[in-house]
Amino acid sequence: MIEFTDVHFSYHGTIRALDGVTFTIGEGEIVSLMGENGAGKTTIIRHANGLLKPQRGRVVVDGTDTKNATVAELSRKVGVIFQSPDNMFFLQTVYDEVAFALRKFGYTPKEVEERVSEVLRFFGLERYRDRSPFTLSGGEKKRLSIAIVAAWNPKYLLIDEPTVGQDVTYRRLLVQLLNEFANEGKTIVISTHDVEFVADLRPRVILVSRGRVIADGSARDVLTDEELLKRASLVMPQVPQLLRSIPKSGVNFKLLGVEEGAREIVRLFSRG
Amino acid sequence: MRAIEVRNLSYRYPGQSDYALLDLNLNVDEGEIVLLTGPSGCGKSSLIRCINGLIPQMYGGQYEGEVRVLGLNPAVTPTRVMSKHVGTVFQNPDNQLFALSVEGDVAFSLENLGLQRDDIEKRVREALERVGISELRKRSTFELSGGQKQKVAIASILALSPKILLLDEPTSSLDPLSARSLIETLVELRRRDELTVMIAEHKTELLAPIADKMVVMDNGTVIDEGHPREVIERAIRFNYAINVPKVSQLSALLSEYLNSSIYLEVRDLVDALSEIGCSD
Repeated sequence: MIEFTDVHFSYHGTIRALDGVTFTIGEGEIVSLMGENGAGKTTIIRHANGLLKPQRGRVVVDGTDTKNATVAELSRKVGVIFQSPDNMFFLQTVYDEVAFALRKFGYTPKEVEERVSEVLRFFGLERYRDRSPFTLSGGEKKRLSIAIVAAWNPKYLLIDEPTVGQDVTYRRLLVQLLNEFANEGKTIVISTHDVEFVADLRPRVILVSRGRVIADGSARDVLTDEELLKRASLVMPQVPQLLRSIPKSGVNFKLLGVEEGAREIVRLFSRG
Repeated sequence: MRAIEVRNLSYRYPGQSDYALLDLNLNVDEGEIVLLTGPSGCGKSSLIRCINGLIPQMYGGQYEGEVRVLGLNPAVTPTRVMSKHVGTVFQNPDNQLFALSVEGDVAFSLENLGLQRDDIEKRVREALERVGISELRKRSTFELSGGQKQKVAIASILALSPKILLLDEPTSSLDPLSARSLIETLVELRRRDELTVMIAEHKTELLAPIADKMVVMDNGTVIDEGHPREVIERAIRFNYAINVPKVSQLSALLSEYLNSSIYLEVRDLVDALSEIGCSD
């Protein structure tokens, strides 16, 4: 479980980033933190792995108060992938980047080899095995940064902006991957303003604005609520936006998928 | 007139056996907005670097074929000459900004060109006006939002009065409203100043509706190009590995009602549905 209780935080004591944030995220849940640039999403993630400690309130992860633990102690359980992948790489090859933490965590050489190969295959990075991570494209670097953390199998996975610079194939892979992780009982927290990705993933959505939680509910409820989205500077996904704009009464616009949206329109036609 | 002409371009980065670009051909007319899309690693950024001359001038590597940008060959034209004609905005504005104030960032490259003080002052003022951030002039760059920073980066490029603006995934770190505002700015720049704009992006739902031309790349070459509506239609039919706007996907599922028309924008599909009786 990840428990935030009335968490307050200001950078340099002046810029208020979190202003009383409270929520609980259970095992096997997928949660998307959403909100405009500067809403406090990244600050929440930095609290969940102990990088930042609350100035008021409490953060408890897997039963440990983050005030009593270092980032290193939490890292085995809590894997964090930050926005800018370049900051993460420091080794000669893609293989070594993925193997590094596994070696640190005491995997045997055989286990390291197997695990790295498996992860690179899954993320479609096999052909770059012996290349320098810095020669990859922007999208591939982001993918590698997630592969590195997924390799050591942390119980909690926090990903800041997982879809930045990603193509459609990888977006689909990511939806599949996050669902598999959740089915294994892992807790997934992503931060994003990519409303179309969230419409595909359908997680629980915690909406953040100016350091406060302004909504906490299903993707279907939050992403079809125009008033809430406006407050968070987000745009409604295209399918509900379209359904809402149809000048006809009785349209169910709380639909996020393309297929279900099309079925609703067909229903409107058959109704006459 | 042609703004960009690429003929049989192939390129390999130093020490790489794979081609980043392979026998690529492309024409862009002056005043066009071109959306460049394709899977990660398909060569979008490499193509942009060939147009501004960073490839091969900075990257080296093995380069074949020919590129013409407003008649200049970027492979041999000095960067200081190219940069007067072609401006490039990268994914992350933080890598492009470093001065203490917005006006300092915008003035920097002008001071380096050795321009007169009055001329610099005038160009800074105009560049900030053109992207709609005059009120940020005295602010510190560090306290701006991602969208504001990206506009400062564009203003600092526009101050050099380029004819061509290249943008490599400019909206990727922006929230949806900032991204929209950035795109409105680009449309306005093209309309007023006949700027040629080429944007590499995955977010086709944002760019396809405003682009004059859409180019799809895969494995280092152009696999399709044309009007965005036609390209999106073929992308659905032939299952290209690119992002297809959900409105367009919906149009395809409703093809028997819509006479097989594909729409790129929500309001156009709403209008089409109303016309065929989906209204009260």
